[in-house]
Amino acid sequence: MIPGPFEYHRPASLPEAVSLMASHGDEALVIAGGHSLIPMMKLRMAAPGHLVDLQDLDDLKGIAVAEGQIRIGAMTTQHDLIDSEALSGACPIIRETALQIADPQVRYVGTFGGNIANGDPGNDMPALMQVLDATYHLKGPDGDRTVQARDFYQGAYFTAREDGEILTQVSFAAPPAGHGSAYMKQKRKIGDYATAAAAVVLTLSGGTCTAASIGLTNLSETPLFVEAAGAALVGTTLDSTAVAEAVAAAKAVCNPAEDGRGPKDFRTHVAGVMVQRAIETARTRAA
Amino acid sequence: MSKIDVEMTVNGEAVTASVEPRTLLIHFLREHLNLTGAHIGCETSHCGACTVDLNGRSVKSCSVFVGQAAGKSVTTIEGIAHPDGTLHAIQEAFRQHHGLQCGFCTPGMITRAYRLLQENPSPSDEEIRYGISGNLCRCTGYQNIVKAIRAAATELSAKEAAE
Repeated sequence: MIPGPFEYHRPASLPEAVSLMASHGDEALVIAGGHSLIPMMKLRMAAPGHLVDLQDLDDLKGIAVAEGQIRIGAMTTQHDLIDSEALSGACPIIRETALQIADPQVRYVGTFGGNIANGDPGNDMPALMQVLDATYHLKGPDGDRTVQARDFYQGAYFTAREDGEILTQVSFAAPPAGHGSAYMKQKRKIGDYATAAAAVVLTLSGGTCTAASIGLTNLSETPLFVEAAGAALVGTTLDSTAVAEAVAAAKAVCNPAEDGRGPKDFRTHVAGVMVQRAIETARTRAA
Repeated sequence: MSKIDVEMTVNGEAVTASVEPRTLLIHFLREHLNLTGAHIGCETSHCGACTVDLNGRSVKSCSVFVGQAAGKSVTTIEGIAHPDGTLHAIQEAFRQHHGLQCGFCTPGMITRAYRLLQENPSPSDEEIRYGISGNLCRCTGYQNIVKAIRAAATELSAKEAAE
């Protein structure tokens, strides 16, 4: 399988990349790791006339953890996320999630920003970013703007990013010290997208839950942030009634595609199991 | 369609070529350089038969454009054996432990194991299995592949200790 023809550009700076994108309009796509885009180009589901390779833009790489704030450059690879001790210390759910994405070869190349900006409902980072209430930083020909992760996803492969805009970095507040978190993903095999996956971040104080945030992957056309599921836990001791309420709230918003991963009812059922396990695991990890 | 000029290092030798940008690294290696060790399996980045080492990282060369690899250093299975032609410890271990049957996945398996042992010289069986989880084998059931990589790790560690 050979993709259609295109012109290849490898800009040396972000302004150059933005100007290349602007001058080629909707004919141009950025390529980060390419492990989603290249397979789609082989299938002619994407046929860009121009590819703008972001690999030389060092400004878009790296992880900064300081004063309770975390910033991750869009071109940081999944492997880099897994390798970062500072990130694993401040927000271990990112490493746990990255380790469940694809396989070692893909994680060396696949980027955090690509996973986030592609808009594929199967990508794992978007639901997690919604749970963490992350801010996406976009740069376009008209300047910079930010969009919240919870407002970014509009449909499968449709996001708030405009043609010509480049996701440069993602920022969010580190969850409080002592928080518990878990990313639970059911998949058929290594490398598969989730049959269902759930991200949970919660905080306990004297055994009572004071904050909880719950998100779901690959259970609708977009990642799902389930505010009601988190709210069902706050103020409780995470007893079985509260957990059942959170699970029910999560299942109520699931609308998974019927595909090789199973019928709708099955995938929704698995979503409930993932939410329950993620809550239990996060609880045991919370101080 | 216009071509791009690329230069890279492949198995220690500098190569230059003028190619269509849509050329995938695996096709460049196999068809332009006649290095047919890395195989084309699924072509969708699942099977790992096309695995090569790119700047110290295992990558699936069916899902990398040649332009993305420009300026970098590539090692294929042809570059794993010693210059005098004797087998690398990993290759020898695959032979000794019967870590292959049809052999189709073997170049990818060995190239991946090479990088895995650079990063983790004494992996547990679980770490080996996780480390090669991006490489599919449809013959062996993996038992002897894991055995071979474990044996190579022991051999390489002993060699390093002796030096």
